[in-house]
Amino acid sequence: MTQMTQVVAKKQSKPISSYLLRRTKVRLLSILAPPMTWIVGVYIVSLFLLLITAFWNVDPFTSLVSPGFNLENFKMVLTVPAYIATSIRTLLIALAVTAICIFFAVPLGIYMAKIAKPWVRNLLAVAITLPLWAGYLVKIIAMRLVFTEEGFFNWAMAPFGIRGPGFSIPIVILTLTYLWFPYMALPVYTAIRQIPPNLFDASSDMGAKGFTTIYRVVFPLITPAVIAGSVFTFSLSLGDYLAARFTGGATQMIGSIIAQNINLNPPVAAAYSMIPIFFIVIYLMVARRTGSLERM
Amino acid sequence: MLRLSRLTKAILIAIVGFLLIFMYTPLFVLILNSFNESQISGWPIESFSTKWWVFAKDYQPIRDALLNSVLVATGAMIIASILGTLFAFAMKGFDFFGKSTVNILIVLPIALPGIVSGVAFSNTYSNFLSPAGINLGFFGMIVAHATFCIVMVFNNVFARLRRMNPSLQEASADLGAGLWQTFRLVTFPQFRTSFAAGALLAFALSFDEVVVTIFTAPPGVDTLPLWILKEVGRPNQASVVNVVATVVILLSLIPVYVSQRLARAQEEER
Repeated sequence: MTQMTQVVAKKQSKPISSYLLRRTKVRLLSILAPPMTWIVGVYIVSLFLLLITAFWNVDPFTSLVSPGFNLENFKMVLTVPAYIATSIRTLLIALAVTAICIFFAVPLGIYMAKIAKPWVRNLLAVAITLPLWAGYLVKIIAMRLVFTEEGFFNWAMAPFGIRGPGFSIPIVILTLTYLWFPYMALPVYTAIRQIPPNLFDASSDMGAKGFTTIYRVVFPLITPAVIAGSVFTFSLSLGDYLAARFTGGATQMIGSIIAQNINLNPPVAAAYSMIPIFFIVIYLMVARRTGSLERM
Repeated sequence: MLRLSRLTKAILIAIVGFLLIFMYTPLFVLILNSFNESQISGWPIESFSTKWWVFAKDYQPIRDALLNSVLVATGAMIIASILGTLFAFAMKGFDFFGKSTVNILIVLPIALPGIVSGVAFSNTYSNFLSPAGINLGFFGMIVAHATFCIVMVFNNVFARLRRMNPSLQEASADLGAGLWQTFRLVTFPQFRTSFAAGALLAFALSFDEVVVTIFTAPPGVDTLPLWILKEVGRPNQASVVNVVATVVILLSLIPVYVSQRLARAQEEER
């Protein structure tokens, strides 16, 4: 009897818990409210304020921003030839990086998943993942050391009479590939590993040679993984500007121009920020139509 | 089995070999240059010495930058761990209107380019909060970092929660445990390795972040990446930068090792 009352007493001693257990909505609200307040209050509001700032004016002498509504900043971003050229250049660089990443990730994935012995495969998996952690800036300055005038590349290639192009767009593309390659390699490798081996048997039974099998069986099956990886390589390259700053010589990307303007002319920086967002949204919409984003 | 001709195999091996050279040569050139006696990095290295390591060890700006990096990463990690876990619980345990929108909101800070996020924060801090008399200073950097770290904790904890058996929590409630007691004694022990893995990733992500940091760091405050950035901005790369970069590479082995251990612990938990 005393035990019984104890249990009852204990149950009643948790009024908050019992209340919350009965009311799912209150429970959800109390869980969701803090993180939502943060994301919306800090981040979404900031993005919204950025959009608003894109319509503001800036005093040419004091560089102080003042509220207003003018479309000059957008007009400038969309009509000044240097800005248009930079947008297109950045877009092409991001696409080139993505293409190179695909070009190398597929053979690597095929080798790792289907040809290499297990211990080689595990070793390669670690070898591909390690540089992912090695630090973004570290990789950029490492590339800088390799491709500088008196650097490793020119030294190693001197016997063959080859000289590197110096800091320029090709080196920016190479650096960005170096930075983001694992984002393509890992999903592609996983996708190739998941292809059941009997599909290869079936393909060769029907007379297809190795290359035909890769082209007709492997490619269609890994397309979703390639697209998922390309979302990373594309959008990360599109927004980058430090690779261009340190390995690109005079190369400018969208980010370079935003960074230059953020203190001098915040409204122009804000307006120009909408360009990469626009490109990425378009890319995501195209990728979504292929149905590969659900697997990310 | 995939049958390939000997030539195709040879080509594949050549590509893999080329990739490994491409991925590791820069890192080796960098690490070797940290032992370059000359003040300016280059290749080939004329003579080796550990003098830049000795110099870096007691160089105050590097120490300050390292301390700042650890402080920011720790702050961001703590905030992101709490918020990411709350998100994971909300997304796992409930169905509600606008759930997919919330999902996008969690990913957005990392999906948008760092330059856009950085400019957005910088714009809010200097054109809106500052005129209103609010100066976040150092904390502004932590706020920005925490925002894009949330998704790391969320992904890890959410993946674990999805595989968890909900009846254990119900049993706990039936036995008279309160919500907090159930969380502490039943739920948390089940996802703590994923939680730790997520927190670690958040720390590593914040420690490595440059672009958002450039735009949110208060004047005169350097994190380790910012310090490297300033030094590399000069015409030639000083050898001492390579020491710091080598240390960053070595430090990055810690999360790789720990995450491997955690992955193994997770396997055993199942």
